[in-house]
Amino acid sequence: MAAAATEPRSLPANPLARGLKEGLGAALLAFGLAVPILALRTEQNISNQLVLQPRWHYVGFAVLAAFLGRLLFVLATSAAAPRRPKAAAPAAFPAGAARALSILGLLLLLLYPVLALAIAGRAGAVKWIDNFGVQILIYIMLGWGLNIVVGLAGLLDLGYVAFYAVGAYSTALLAQNFGLSFWLCLPLAGILAAFWGILLGFPVLRLRGDYLAIVTLAFGEIIRLVLINWVPVTNGYAGISGIPRPTFFGLPFNASDSGFAAFFGIEFSPLHRIIFLFYVILALALITNWVTLRLRRLPIGRAWEALREDEIACRALGINTTNTKLTAFAMGAGFGGFAGSFFAARQGFISPESFTFMESAVVLAIAVLGGMGSQIGVAIAAAVMIGGTEILRELEWLKQIFGSAFDPAQYRMLLFGLAMVLVMVWKPRGLVSFRRPSIFLREARPVRADMVKEGSG
Amino acid sequence: MEYLLQQIINGVTLGSIYGLIAIGYTMVFGIIGMVNFAHGDVFMLSTFIALIFLLLLTQVLGLGSLAIALFIVLILAMLLTSLWAWAIERLAYRPLRGSFRLAPLISAIGMSIFLSNLVQVTQGPRNKPVPSILGEVITLSEREGYSVTLSYRQILIVVVTGVLLLAFWYIVQKTSLGRAQRACEQDRRMAALLGVDVDRTISLTFVIGAALAAVAGLLFMIYYGVVNFNDGFVPGVKAFTAAVLGGIGSLPGAVLGGLLIGLIETLWSAYFSIDYKDVATFSILAVTLVFLPSGLLGKPEVEKV
Repeated sequence: MAAAATEPRSLPANPLARGLKEGLGAALLAFGLAVPILALRTEQNISNQLVLQPRWHYVGFAVLAAFLGRLLFVLATSAAAPRRPKAAAPAAFPAGAARALSILGLLLLLLYPVLALAIAGRAGAVKWIDNFGVQILIYIMLGWGLNIVVGLAGLLDLGYVAFYAVGAYSTALLAQNFGLSFWLCLPLAGILAAFWGILLGFPVLRLRGDYLAIVTLAFGEIIRLVLINWVPVTNGYAGISGIPRPTFFGLPFNASDSGFAAFFGIEFSPLHRIIFLFYVILALALITNWVTLRLRRLPIGRAWEALREDEIACRALGINTTNTKLTAFAMGAGFGGFAGSFFAARQGFISPESFTFMESAVVLAIAVLGGMGSQIGVAIAAAVMIGGTEILRELEWLKQIFGSAFDPAQYRMLLFGLAMVLVMVWKPRGLVSFRRPSIFLREARPVRADMVKEGSG
Repeated sequence: MEYLLQQIINGVTLGSIYGLIAIGYTMVFGIIGMVNFAHGDVFMLSTFIALIFLLLLTQVLGLGSLAIALFIVLILAMLLTSLWAWAIERLAYRPLRGSFRLAPLISAIGMSIFLSNLVQVTQGPRNKPVPSILGEVITLSEREGYSVTLSYRQILIVVVTGVLLLAFWYIVQKTSLGRAQRACEQDRRMAALLGVDVDRTISLTFVIGAALAAVAGLLFMIYYGVVNFNDGFVPGVKAFTAAVLGGIGSLPGAVLGGLLIGLIETLWSAYFSIDYKDVATFSILAVTLVFLPSGLLGKPEVEKV
């Protein structure tokens, strides 16, 4: 820090003095914001009365963090400012390198369970494959599904979790009432969710931008409230349990004689199912990705992207915007339904708690922060956001510093919200903001972020 | 008949609270065309600020007079909530002005998640029962064993709302700040050319909206007697519904919408089904936006190519 403070002396205003001044302002602001929410905690005592517990040291932390954060920010930006080139050239990504990278990533994903087993051993691998691998892949799939609606067609959907819920509940109800297996439920759930996508898409065809977002949010909440209150069918808050697990070509993953382990003559282990589930969701996610990439090259995909750029021009050119929007909704919803079906079969139990607005916001955050329309960006965002919040559960050493009552996991949504704001302020176009055009003259040149204007209509 | 009258009294009380929050949505939308998604959580934050100061004044400092305590709490809650709104606008929204249209909305959603989780982490996830305030009731009429009552809190809520709306109306219509605000609403670039400090006006819009939300927060706490970190989302969406129903951008519309939503919610709960009361509100939101996007008192939006 000292080096950074002394080096850029030639700059117009002394950055250290400016940093200290702005840091002081930030500290003052942090103090105002932190009092009283951080300083005094309301707790119920034995006679159910609220009493205040002073915790002024929290305010101290906040003020210190704000001061240092602002100071370092000012120093860092003033040190970096003269060196920055005027116009940052777009990170031109050679096509070959991108291809090699995606093949490498794919290989890594395919080998992931093996690697996890090799590194963490049998006991540790469950956590790494299930909590990280499967969890992240579900969100990657949801992110890619929503990417069709938000990234390609430019329709901001805040109620995406509704289709996830439709898929999950379809699977649960079909399995429970008609005894269908997971492999039959999966396509049906996708079709039903796509149908719901069209149904909910119809009324909102005329809306755009923020209004569309709010109406989809309302629909998502309505579906959740109906799931809670329609007790005879959905069993309300209690949820549905006993959803059949996926089988390996009819072989269940259990210790019985007709099970997977017995058939192949290997020792039974619950790990088999987890690894199998990993490959199922990996396949589903890759199908989503593949379909999206192919659709982008079809007339309908081009129509989606045209719609995102300018709806009025689209109509003038004779594109049927109704069909274009509805197919985008239906495709996105269908993939959400597949993911929901997988979710239900993986958990074996579902309840409305899993389909709150927060889930929609998380999926939307992944789709947007990854760079709308960019497949690899979505995957990275899902891995960072979901993996990052899962890792918080693992940080046991923090307990040794802050005492045993400190639970890092409860900060995950707090950090999630903060990350959303920070990424938006830092890179409003998302992490991967350039994209490769699907149609071009002679050579494909990546389109720079400021040339891409999504969802502005 | 008595039952209906009672429900109308309850509905107007609830509607006053929604109306106060709705003004924050409608003003911000009017001036920068953005749905301030975090406004509901700013409201929730204000209920906690009010609760903490109330406990501090009555328990720790032992202030005897409730009226003085409530007045001090009101002022402090308004100040601190305004500070939060100012900081949020400065840090999370202003850098995104001029960026593509969805960026501020997404930033606002992130802010909303951040605020509700901040309160959950710092104050705990449980419901906070507030000591009963002004619980005494006046019986208006009593017949066949059913009495229509009006509690002191309800009177307080309606009176405070009315007074504030008058003061607020005066600010918007008669002061230079109000003129600057209306100018920015009509044409931000032209207003800037004519010497209106646009940044300052937008900041003040957020501050005024938050101050009114803080009043609503205190009234909400007194009325329901319980606060929770999760109380931002549903009242926030309902207030937004009120703003949309009244015509977003229109201030009388926000109040009218608030009253209507309050009445609809109470009557729906009383006569149909209390489980589906939120479904009713969300449906109104969807139906209004789809069929009547300019609301009851709003100006129809002209689409320019």
